[in-house]
Amino acid sequence: MKQTPLTAKHRAVGAKMVDYAGFEMPVQYAGVLEEHLTVRSKVGLFDLSHMGEFELTGAGALATVNLVTTNDASQLQVGEIQYTCLTTEQGGIIDDILVYRTDSGFLLVVNAANTAKDYAWIEQNLLPDTKLTDRSPELALIAVQGPKSAPLVEEVLDISLDDLRNYTFIEPTFHGTKILLSRTGYTGEDGFELYFPNSLAEQLWDELMSTGEKYGVAPIGLGARDTLRLEMRMPLYGNDVSEEITPLEAGLGRFVKFDKGGFIGREALLKLQEHGITRRLVAFTMLDKGIPRQGYPLLDLEGREIGVVTSGTHSPSLNKPIGMGYVEIENSKPGTIMQVQIRKKPAQAHIIKGRFLS
Amino acid sequence: MSEKILYTKEHEWVVVKDNIVRVGISDYAQNELGDVVFVDLPELGDVVEEGEGFAVVESVKAVSDIYAPVSGEIVTINEELEDSPELINESPLDRGWLVEIKVDGVAQTGDLMNQQEYEAFLKGV
Repeated sequence: MKQTPLTAKHRAVGAKMVDYAGFEMPVQYAGVLEEHLTVRSKVGLFDLSHMGEFELTGAGALATVNLVTTNDASQLQVGEIQYTCLTTEQGGIIDDILVYRTDSGFLLVVNAANTAKDYAWIEQNLLPDTKLTDRSPELALIAVQGPKSAPLVEEVLDISLDDLRNYTFIEPTFHGTKILLSRTGYTGEDGFELYFPNSLAEQLWDELMSTGEKYGVAPIGLGARDTLRLEMRMPLYGNDVSEEITPLEAGLGRFVKFDKGGFIGREALLKLQEHGITRRLVAFTMLDKGIPRQGYPLLDLEGREIGVVTSGTHSPSLNKPIGMGYVEIENSKPGTIMQVQIRKKPAQAHIIKGRFLS
Repeated sequence: MSEKILYTKEHEWVVVKDNIVRVGISDYAQNELGDVVFVDLPELGDVVEEGEGFAVVESVKAVSDIYAPVSGEIVTINEELEDSPELINESPLDRGWLVEIKVDGVAQTGDLMNQQEYEAFLKGV
């Protein structure tokens, strides 16, 4: 199993470690519920060094990014970031990623489980005069998330973050080394992601932990990362999105820019948009008891199968079960009452509009 | 109570009093599961078979089947768990008990482990 530069730190404080995408990662420290609520009310640190980072440079970099992704990277100024999808010719989601516009080109941040697959796909579709570099092995990533994340990062880096908008980044220094700091995250809280050379990881982690003590900082594992994103209705690759799912079905249509010109998957997605999608990702809460889980069937009130749960958990903030799943388009309206087949018992659920947590 | 506690290889514990067998999950099991947020217990009067999955304990992340350590009828369930499933984490061997099963005749507990044997078993897990 691969390790991150912080694996020893997680073990030292007794984190429960699991294999995630081939990396030995902390799934929980103090407990998922407590960690979740720490991020909602204070500030938490996540080691996300397992994630992949690719650099695209050269005269063909912009055209390559726009060929392999659905969003329009030409709209990005240096210092701006966009969420986008890599799609197959059939419009299926190869990965959902972030694209950073740097002064030398683009930085693509990809899901850890997809790093090798994405790299191969982009390499295969590289336009002339474009250089693709995998920076994943040398870059560490710490996310600082929660209402107290700004004062904490400001103090550790000795900078002001007042002017740093969401989905933009700057390149401050940490002990003389340039790092990348973006106002992004996967929790729905104000927060930051810091990319930097592996060699700085332990020092940066320690300084964030010690400076953050007065804000109640705590390390947060992958367990709470999942409940935090699900409360905000953010899809997780492998659960809610995959190569069998298109961005249009996943509710990611606003990240598909048909007007930008040709891109891989455009024809298929255009056709799907014209004919109309037949299933849609919905969010639901339970009317009966029980926790929905990935793979449980979704039924209409007559018991006919209309879809499947793709993510489900107990929401720590709301103290009740929440879920997402795909259902037939005609049964996907907010307010629709359906059933989740939980073991032997169907339990009623209803489709909600918007996020679980406002 | 703890001197009479017996364990299964699936990390349930039982305490036998005459023909009534109280069942719960071990401290090791609750710790492995993490924060318990939901407990799905059988109905009073349900008849369970030894080895059958008869209850489910769910943490935020995981769903864990609980297997009947003996055959018999469910005669009591821990109703406190409905509103306070966290009792399983806080007090796995006491307030976090799950159900009581009434067995026919004498409970067969010969192949269960005592505290010492269970601790040795855990070292091999």
